[in-house]
Amino acid sequence: MEEIVQAFFNTEIAQAALPIVLQGLLNTVLLSLMVVPLGLVGGLILAMLALSKSRLIRWPLMAWVDFFRAFPPLVLLILLFAGLPFAGLELGGFACVAIAFFLNTGAYYGEILRAGIESIPRGQVEAARSTGLNGLQAMIYVVLPQAVRNVLPDLLSNTLEVVKLTALGSVVAVPELLFQARQAQSVTYNATPIVMAAVIYFLILWPVVRLLSRLENRALHAMAR
Amino acid sequence: MSRWDRFLDTFFNAKVMAKYLPDILSGAVLTIELALAVVVAGLLVGLILALVRSLGIKPINWLIIFVVDVFRSLPPLVVIVLVYFGLPSAGFSPSAFVSTWMSLALVLMAFAEEIFWAGITSTPKGQWEASRSTGLSFAQTLLYVILPQALRITIAPLTNRTIAITKGTALGTVVALHEILGMASSAVSNSYNPSPLMMGAAAYLVLFLPVVVAARWIETRFAWKR
Repeated sequence: MEEIVQAFFNTEIAQAALPIVLQGLLNTVLLSLMVVPLGLVGGLILAMLALSKSRLIRWPLMAWVDFFRAFPPLVLLILLFAGLPFAGLELGGFACVAIAFFLNTGAYYGEILRAGIESIPRGQVEAARSTGLNGLQAMIYVVLPQAVRNVLPDLLSNTLEVVKLTALGSVVAVPELLFQARQAQSVTYNATPIVMAAVIYFLILWPVVRLLSRLENRALHAMAR
Repeated sequence: MSRWDRFLDTFFNAKVMAKYLPDILSGAVLTIELALAVVVAGLLVGLILALVRSLGIKPINWLIIFVVDVFRSLPPLVVIVLVYFGLPSAGFSPSAFVSTWMSLALVLMAFAEEIFWAGITSTPKGQWEASRSTGLSFAQTLLYVILPQALRITIAPLTNRTIAITKGTALGTVVALHEILGMASSAVSNSYNPSPLMMGAAAYLVLFLPVVVAARWIETRFAWKR
């Protein structure tokens, strides 16, 4: 028992590692604040394009979304990080994470937003247009607010996954929470810093998971009724 | 050499590709084995937990909810790193394969339990009462009445979640597992050429694209008619 405590919950090592791990936490928060809006913008662009009636746009778009649903985000990240330098383009870990998230999470956000927009009856746009709003205004003030509300649980669920996904940054040396914890672990030869990181992730994301659990349950029950 | 030729020679070098094709293929075999093991274990344990939860024993249910919440909150990569680098300190050193399998199966288990449970509880209470009053036992009611309906509405969210987590097999690279990405990365550093990475990327598409397309079909096929 004593050994387990020493290996995983070592207070001395926890104290020494705390500043390093907290720095990682700060970077994870900043990284999330960057990649979530980036993914949302990517998703919004895809959702707008999906409104098009032309097959020439819809089909390639579906292929694009399926491509990123099939492609593991880590592979995408490594492809950018290790592959692009061979094309003379050295981007660095941070920029690679930004691009990979824009592409990958954009595809997921796009599917969700598209479903939301499609859930709004066509008559609403017509009514909005007939009151004098132009197409863009109708979209921004009438359709989108309702669409977002309809798919809020899905948006939140995806955002949770995106925040969790920022841990991939550790693979390309972005100093986020997991990376910092692993640094501290390799210096101290002790698993305590990684346990600290896990506890931090859990404490921050648990309330979101609880909330989602309730929202999803409610949605499923409404569907079955 | 023109620009285009140089591009092809760098990213799709036939000689390098031929040399490392066996590596990528063996990586693909490992990825498939790992993925299947994760799906089977994750879904099965998830279903069992949901069934246990339906028995309504309070302390056990709290434990299930807590464990499920933990694995829904933690990034899969953190779980893998914790298992692979942490557990040896507790006197148990799982291999890279076992670490990745265990971690991803636990994560899938958590999401599957949640989805199965939502499916079970979404069946109106009247159905339980009606089935029991016709003489079916608790187990029979669950098996013949509740589960078939529950599974139907869980199938779309379950497929999507399963694909997302199974793609996580690539995370095994971080603990030096020789699956597709691991094989491709080491081939890139050995040959100093990115062609193996392109092969690896293609391998993932060959493996997962059919599943994603099938999932799209399932989604429309089993969509709940309002």
